[in-house]
Amino acid sequence: MDAAVRELSYAQAIQEAMAIAMDMDERVFLMGEDIGVYGGAFQVTGDLVERYGTDRVIDTPISELGGAGVAVGAAVTGMRPIFEFQFSDFATLGMEQIVNQAAKMRFMLGGEVSVPLVMRFPAGSGTGAAAQHSQSLEAWLGHVPGLKVIQPATPHDAKGMLLAAVADPDPVMIFEHKLLYKMRGPVPEGHYTVPIGKADIRREGRDLTIVATSIMVQRALDAAATLEGEGIDIEVVDLRTIRPLDRQTVIDSVKKTSRLLCVYEAVKTLGIGAEVSALVAESEAFDYLDAPIVRLGGAETPIPYNPDLEKATVPQVPDIIAAARDLVKGIR
Amino acid sequence: MAGASKAVVDSRANLPFVYRQYSPEQLRGVLHKMYLIRRFEEGAEECYTRGLIHGTMHLSIGQEASAMGVCMPLAEDDQITSTHRGHGHCIAKGAEVSRMFAEFFGKTTGYCKGRGGSMHIADVAKGNLGANGIVAGGIPIAVGAALSSKRMKTGKVVVSFFGDGANNEGAFHEALNMAAVWKLPVIFVCENNGYGMSTSTARSTAVKNIADRAAAYAMPGVIVNGNIFSEVAEASFKAVERARAGEGPTLIESKTYRHRGHSKSDRNRYRTKEEIEDWMANRDPIALFETELRDFGFIDGQGIQAIRDAVAREIADGIEFAKASPAPEITTLQDYVYTEHA
Repeated sequence: MDAAVRELSYAQAIQEAMAIAMDMDERVFLMGEDIGVYGGAFQVTGDLVERYGTDRVIDTPISELGGAGVAVGAAVTGMRPIFEFQFSDFATLGMEQIVNQAAKMRFMLGGEVSVPLVMRFPAGSGTGAAAQHSQSLEAWLGHVPGLKVIQPATPHDAKGMLLAAVADPDPVMIFEHKLLYKMRGPVPEGHYTVPIGKADIRREGRDLTIVATSIMVQRALDAAATLEGEGIDIEVVDLRTIRPLDRQTVIDSVKKTSRLLCVYEAVKTLGIGAEVSALVAESEAFDYLDAPIVRLGGAETPIPYNPDLEKATVPQVPDIIAAARDLVKGIR
Repeated sequence: MAGASKAVVDSRANLPFVYRQYSPEQLRGVLHKMYLIRRFEEGAEECYTRGLIHGTMHLSIGQEASAMGVCMPLAEDDQITSTHRGHGHCIAKGAEVSRMFAEFFGKTTGYCKGRGGSMHIADVAKGNLGANGIVAGGIPIAVGAALSSKRMKTGKVVVSFFGDGANNEGAFHEALNMAAVWKLPVIFVCENNGYGMSTSTARSTAVKNIADRAAAYAMPGVIVNGNIFSEVAEASFKAVERARAGEGPTLIESKTYRHRGHSKSDRNRYRTKEEIEDWMANRDPIALFETELRDFGFIDGQGIQAIRDAVAREIADGIEFAKASPAPEITTLQDYVYTEHA
């Protein structure tokens, strides 16, 4: 029997997942800056402190490095911390603990410990917060063996993947696009998980595969709906996890459609689009390609403040439509 | 002091702390372990020089009383985080030298199965959460372990060892602040050997004593002579009592000296030969402790020789164990990156 499904926002879905995780496991607790009475900078933790108390919803000082380290230490010694960075940009202050400690501790100690740590990163542009509060740094962490890196694109996946992350014995980094927090969608009640490492085909199609991450999944779906009217049939693959990558779903889709467009918000070069392009080029899907692979990513610039400039920095629906149309019509 | 008769207790009344607190057997055990640390590092250094161990290592020769003194009041399930100069901490917390040698030789029988080496030596079963290649990297981790202890009510105390160099890292300040705000059962032990690699504390640190920094985090800051075992153990004992009572953290500054260079690349250009020789000849922690034990009648020359002989055998056996142990298969290269799912 299916659990009841309601409409929730992405932020509500995450909050519900954290509450379920805390109900299920006494070891789970939340820590981060202003996640208590304030409710988090984006109101994701909301009123959880009232339900779970300050022992389980811990406001940290503004100490990203130290806070991340405390979370690592707690994870290694039997707790299940969910650590919120106020903005993903502040990962730069905690990188030492994330990259040198959390990611490597199990390996360096020959498997004697696990680091069951969840870190949440509100990410991305579109809020007018300018260059230090708008970045998409997920590929930085995706480059580090020992970490798992996910980017849920819907309220359903945000809840299910967070619950999968809490149950995972290894450190899982969750990049949540800030513009998605208000997105509403169907979310089942109760506990369920969405597996880490599995992409999702969000729309089936014959003419072109768009591999997208995070907010670009919705933009790709919007573009696909428009192009359907022109007789262009697009398949949209929601990557969902960037480490470990679901190579097979991408390869199978490209073998079917013979064309690949990668769409992501992070700076275009040396990013997830390069990795997806390369994995297709290295696979048997290469022989199926009827057109060059195309990447749409962020401009080679910090995120600007001016709203028009800000929008122009990252792919928007018309950009995706134009790129997809050109690819299918053989203009590229 | 279980088992000591009243007469014995009275006869020790004027002696320093450890001679009142611990049994003669325990104290002779401390000397044994101090020798074990010293000879382990000498053995590792020799194996390195002979090309049997690759990489680098950071020797704590001269700092044995600090490691032993801090760990003396700890229970087996209390935990520590350690540093790149962490061999002494590892042995003091209960590790076997055979498995440490095996790790240095990169063998599967090593504590980290050959993945960590000297700089990541650990013994999780005995509460050593690991040495750390990042200066101050272990300090916030220790605070997290102490948070676990408080939340799960395990009663465990956590010690974070670090050097004088770490006290200028942001992680030190962030971690001490959080430990104090949350009154966590953690003890911060700064082993101040005078130099962060080549840069002296006088040139790197604005305060005269690193313990002075405790004031900024509203915790006791205690300075001890790190080469006198009893002084270190007494300070650690009090800090452990305070932590277990829920009164929060302590910062102990253990002033000591490393006889060897920072690592194997050190040419000792930042300190004089006279300075090094003075510490070796006049303030060697093992010699100081041995003399006390002898003067106070806890051991005689024969007993000391027996310890030295036993340690020499343990070291020789440990090196043989390491040599004879299997190396990891290349096919296991990616093991332990992620937790294996059953």
